[in-house]
Amino acid sequence: MVDWQYSESIESPDIVSIKKKYTNYIGGKFVEPKSKKYINTISPSTEELLSKVPLSNEQDINSSVKSAKEGFEVWSKLTPNQRSRYLFKIARLIQERSREFAVLESLDGGKPIKESRDFDLPQVAANFFYFAGWADKLDLSWATKSLKPYGVVGQIIPWNFPLLMLAWKIAPALATGNTVVLKPAETTPLTALLFAEICEQAGLPPGVVNIVTGDGSTGSLIVNHKDINKIAFTGSTQVGKLIQNSLAGRDVGLTLELGGKAANIVYEDAAIDQAVEGVVNGIFFNQGHVCCAGSRLLLQESIHDQFVKKLEKRMQSLRVGNPLDKNTDIGAINSKEQLDKITSLVNEGVEDGGELFQTQCELPGNGFWFRPSLFTNVQPSYSIAREEIFGPVLTTLTFRTPEEAVEIANNTEYGLSAGVWTEKGSKILWTADRLDAGVVWANTFNKFDPSSPFGGYKESGFGREGGRHGLLSYLKASS
Amino acid sequence: MGNIKISDVSMQWSNVLEMVYESRIDSVGLNERVNSLATRSIKKDSKLEALNMIVTMCDLTTLEGEDTEGKISQMVAKAIKPNPLDTSVPSVAAVCVYPSLVTIAKEKVQNSNVKVAAVSSYFPSGQVPMESKLLDTKYAIDSGADEIDIVINRKAFLEGDYRKVYDEIVALKEVCQDVHLKTILEVGDLKTYENIRKASLISLAAGSDFIKTSTGKLSIGSSRQACYVMLKSVLDFESLTGVKAGIKVAGGIRDAKDAIRYLVMINEEMGSDWLNPELFRFGASSLLDDVLKQIKKLKTGAYQAGYYFPRG
Repeated sequence: MVDWQYSESIESPDIVSIKKKYTNYIGGKFVEPKSKKYINTISPSTEELLSKVPLSNEQDINSSVKSAKEGFEVWSKLTPNQRSRYLFKIARLIQERSREFAVLESLDGGKPIKESRDFDLPQVAANFFYFAGWADKLDLSWATKSLKPYGVVGQIIPWNFPLLMLAWKIAPALATGNTVVLKPAETTPLTALLFAEICEQAGLPPGVVNIVTGDGSTGSLIVNHKDINKIAFTGSTQVGKLIQNSLAGRDVGLTLELGGKAANIVYEDAAIDQAVEGVVNGIFFNQGHVCCAGSRLLLQESIHDQFVKKLEKRMQSLRVGNPLDKNTDIGAINSKEQLDKITSLVNEGVEDGGELFQTQCELPGNGFWFRPSLFTNVQPSYSIAREEIFGPVLTTLTFRTPEEAVEIANNTEYGLSAGVWTEKGSKILWTADRLDAGVVWANTFNKFDPSSPFGGYKESGFGREGGRHGLLSYLKASS
Repeated sequence: MGNIKISDVSMQWSNVLEMVYESRIDSVGLNERVNSLATRSIKKDSKLEALNMIVTMCDLTTLEGEDTEGKISQMVAKAIKPNPLDTSVPSVAAVCVYPSLVTIAKEKVQNSNVKVAAVSSYFPSGQVPMESKLLDTKYAIDSGADEIDIVINRKAFLEGDYRKVYDEIVALKEVCQDVHLKTILEVGDLKTYENIRKASLISLAAGSDFIKTSTGKLSIGSSRQACYVMLKSVLDFESLTGVKAGIKVAGGIRDAKDAIRYLVMINEEMGSDWLNPELFRFGASSLLDDVLKQIKKLKTGAYQAGYYFPRG
């Protein structure tokens, strides 16, 4: 018997050169913020300072919206084919520099290189390729020419998939002829700023893509700017509601992609070993920082004990640590603030009476870390069963019949995603039909494709991203 | 049918059947998991450790009509001392030969710790009457074989006669007694993951010490997917009976990189208990040479030509 430990296998960070200080990207130029203020961005796995980025103020937002407005005059007059070619060029440039982006994403956000390399970056390129293909076929897809771009679109994106959320936002907006002002999340601005270099490399006309960094106040300035024609936001339900409030009574389009508390329903006739894998992937992918994460495990009572035993065993093999180690499965929690939120919700779960299982792995000294966690003996009324934890914490509930499973699954204010596990096809269809969720995965979880629309019901937001439906989020009926 | 004896654990045939009929596997999910394990990056010390483990887990094999006393002598010498220029390289687990060559192999291994395994039960097809399979096996054991590799009755299996498959293995185990029994499923004939799982469970319930992927005589040999199905079956059988069975992968595993991927799978799915020649083996003829080259490369930085390593 051997205790075989894998040696470190670190992806070299030398491929990316991080500047000491970054600027905004406005009107095709890298410009110092008029605010003259900066915020720090750190690596959540070491807490070391990576760089400083602008804390943009009203003047900065004014000039970025102005440049987007000017950009729109040029961009919207190009032929669809010309717009398509720019997007294809961006897609190819991202592929060429994907290793650089992947390393930077892992450094700034804490996600394992395995995921930024094998999931985020391929998906980013795929989204640009996909929408590049749509750009010159819009007239064919809705037998009408009365759909027009909004104009200037303000886009505010979260920290969980920084570059991928940028791609989900920018690619369809540009393909439909809009121009954008995009604000990356406060804790993960670096890949968006590197993307600005791609725009420059691609020779994109000035003002088509503007990237401004900052915090919540900066986002609010974008939302409230008088020349913004549409806002696309991905983030928390709380902020989503604020944005919707601000826009009430104004002629500004809005799409929101907000929180979730997805049910992952495992029936007794599922392929159990693959269901265990799917449940692990559903909640521990990207440290659980996934709005569509399968955070509520709904187990049929007859398989509860057997399933939990297998799940706990599998969880013990998850490797938590340095995001740049190619063998890391779970990286760092994105920020101190998020770590505190997860910790407090987990403590509350224990106090409520939930039974907590955590894996025994060693955690690094510095940085923000949380052990993969599983709650059993949870009642639907506990906060861990209702609130979005947005971390590597899975909550188990049980059910007796398919009817009860659906009832529990829908007993939430959210409606973003869900999973169904059974080898019986008719049961998949029966269940999926009754779930109030934008995406229902059957015998798999967390699968994405640019051609597949994504978005929620209820407090998970409205509007769709991806696919043909995703184009409609950036087009409106012309008067 | 009453109680049947399974490695000191009593179990109803109906229980075995129940497990067999509940074999549900989702191939998409399974492939995804297996492919994801293949992305592990094994470097430096952990790689050297893996390579040495692979050597100790090797069943160096020759199963040809052209096998002679001379060929067996060469192979046994290599099995005992795989690299005479580097004595830190351990011996392999066993040599694997046809029954008629067991006596000579046994004579050559002498007092080294290399075991002699014989393939029997009319390897590789198994298409003879049961009496012949028993005789074949008895002959190998009488000649001194330490381990016996048999094939399951694929005819019976594919006809749905699971009881016959089971009964034959039980009868052969009876002949083997304490001699280590490895049961070859021939996954290339079974094709589907469900079949592989069913055959695994039947073989384990019938008292096999090991289940083995392939004979190496088909174009489809071992695969990491098949090994994954088998290891899950072994784990489920363990949780039911407490019996830890072993796995042997054979057929088509030619390079160290592939072998390391199997080890990663065993390590992460089964745990360190199975990282042990008592519970995990590679059946191979050409794998060992690549492993020796990789060990040399790790130690010296030079990837040497084949002629630096003695033939087996």
